[in-house]
Amino acid sequence: MFGRRRKQEKWILLAPAILVLALITLIPLANTFWLSFTDTRISAIPSPVRFIGLENYIYALTDPEFREALYRTLYFTIVSVGLEGILGVAVAVLLNQKFRGHLILRALIILPWAVPTIVNAVAWRLIYHPDYGALNSLLFQLGLISDYRSWIGDPATAMNMVILADVWKNFPLVAYVALAALQTVPADLNKAAAIEGAGPWKRFWSITLPWIMGPLMVVMVLRTIEAFRVFDIIYVMTGGGPADSTKTASFYVYQEYFNYLRSGSGASYAVLVAGISAVLILFYYSSAKRQATGATA
Amino acid sequence: MKAINKLILGSAIATLAMSSTALADTTLNALFMSQAAYSEDDIKSMTAQFEAANPGVKVSLEFVPYEALHDKIVAAAGAGEDGYDVVLYDVIWPAEFATRGFLMDVTDRIPADYTDKIFDGAWTTVEYGGKRYGMPWILDTKYLFYNTEILDKAGISAPPKTWGELAEQARQIKAKGVLEYPLVWSWSQSEAMICDFTTLTAANNGAFFEEGQPAFRQGGARDAVSFMKATLDEGLTNPASREYFEEDVRRVFSNGEAAFALNWTYMNALANDPAESKVAGKVKVAPAPGVDGKSTASSVNGSMGLGIPSNSPHADEAWAYIAFLTQKDIQDNYAKLSLPIWKASYSEPKVMEGQEDLIAAAKESISVMYPRPLVPSYTEVSDILQKNIHEVLLDQTGVDEALEAAAARVKRIR
Repeated sequence: MFGRRRKQEKWILLAPAILVLALITLIPLANTFWLSFTDTRISAIPSPVRFIGLENYIYALTDPEFREALYRTLYFTIVSVGLEGILGVAVAVLLNQKFRGHLILRALIILPWAVPTIVNAVAWRLIYHPDYGALNSLLFQLGLISDYRSWIGDPATAMNMVILADVWKNFPLVAYVALAALQTVPADLNKAAAIEGAGPWKRFWSITLPWIMGPLMVVMVLRTIEAFRVFDIIYVMTGGGPADSTKTASFYVYQEYFNYLRSGSGASYAVLVAGISAVLILFYYSSAKRQATGATA
Repeated sequence: MKAINKLILGSAIATLAMSSTALADTTLNALFMSQAAYSEDDIKSMTAQFEAANPGVKVSLEFVPYEALHDKIVAAAGAGEDGYDVVLYDVIWPAEFATRGFLMDVTDRIPADYTDKIFDGAWTTVEYGGKRYGMPWILDTKYLFYNTEILDKAGISAPPKTWGELAEQARQIKAKGVLEYPLVWSWSQSEAMICDFTTLTAANNGAFFEEGQPAFRQGGARDAVSFMKATLDEGLTNPASREYFEEDVRRVFSNGEAAFALNWTYMNALANDPAESKVAGKVKVAPAPGVDGKSTASSVNGSMGLGIPSNSPHADEAWAYIAFLTQKDIQDNYAKLSLPIWKASYSEPKVMEGQEDLIAAAKESISVMYPRPLVPSYTEVSDILQKNIHEVLLDQTGVDEALEAAAARVKRIR
């Protein structure tokens, strides 16, 4: 009797949250999913919606250019999130030391992350400018290049240059989460290990890193989701060019919807991008779990 | 709770009150671009005159880059009454917009005698399937701008009449060490590049489509791409052109770093303005050259029109605003950055004054304006051409290979 009332109470209390979640997440998700199996187009003239099964998915997946875009997106995600992870943890370890001005530095390091993505993208585009960009000027004065060159206009370097801009903006987030986690690492654990003869590297790998792995994994998963659906920074910096060398998967969603007005087809690209992110996240979680069990064993 | 109810009721009454007096008090939402042609200041000043002449009608202006214009119009089509009332749109979109019902058919609102008074090239901007979806407003094409001082230094007495001569003069300028790269273009992966490509295709008597099939693999269109690539290979074209838009072209040319540049009308006034340019007074304009035995001049139709989105609740006021902006008097008064659509304007002293060479060039260029493909899937066709031509310019693939790939992709369009 009592248990049943508790059960009812639970659902009543959860109802508002479920309702909100359904309204803003589940319904649009279901709608997108349904759209992806139709030939719906954006039009002011109403026309009947036709169910076309897997046609949109087949069209997308048999397109070699879209497959290239998927690899490109994967490259962006792995390199960008990888660098952010390494740089973030390294900076966090530094900031965790007590030295003069460490509090000011801790505050300063968050600045890139506070800059809006669009502003960041425009600023980096100016830095990379082929004629008066700061990067050209710096490298030229240091004698590292003999001539001003094109950074985001050259397909060989464009993607890496965009990645650099993205890493600069986003590593502070990783650094902050890692720093917060670092402050919970018990000092005596490190001291004990030091007495036992473990060097700094050994202590970092065996004590510090496993200790901060949980929070670090959360921020890495967040960054991975964001990186895989990257659009804004690239749209502003290169527009997908030169010669499509920075055109990521999300561009196809945007293009199908807003440029070519095929909302059904656009939905199928969106589902594909979301599906691949989901797989990436599962992969993360399973590896995090393995690490956690490995650490306790 | 009661207070909230009152608030809702109050705003509902207010809304009712506003809609019943809609004819008297209206705010029009208008979408323009902040790039080439009329400047923001020009448009604000014309709008102020319209508001003064039409008490009760206010216009809220929004300026976006050209690259965002199409998507803004499309996204606002689903915004119901909160969308735009007047939009500026490009000559390449009416087919798409008309077939999707995004714009109102205004054929009946346009006086019959306008047909002959306005250039055909301007009408192309707003026509599809025999109907008119707005009024042409910006009659524009790409002209050849040249720096007289640089030509003098290289011992060149007259500007080129053909693209072959242009390349030859560029070689002379380079050989004499006057400039490293005499040519600058807007060849980023964008519509700007397609406009240059179209100009060259027109000069070579090329075609994009023949009987619905891609025809750009051979003939004039192929020659155009080969020419573009050859000027890069020879070091005549500034290699950074491959990431430039029109504004970059204007900046490089205005810095005296190029002898020749292809750009829209607006560059004429700005490159000759000492506040904007280091080469003011040394800039001349001519129609884009032709090709021996094929054409005497070349030109791309880069016109733009003003239309009323079909979801606008203020069609009458919107039309009044469009009629005001496109009338001959207004256009004649603002003829520095964009030229009028009216044939008679080209003999008006106040239009010609101080820009006689531009008007002379315009008369010739307008008569040979070449359209980009007028198909509903234009945006996609253009994206495909942009990518594949860009690959050629970046040395990633050959001309034939790229155009073949583009044709195959065009056939894949759904």
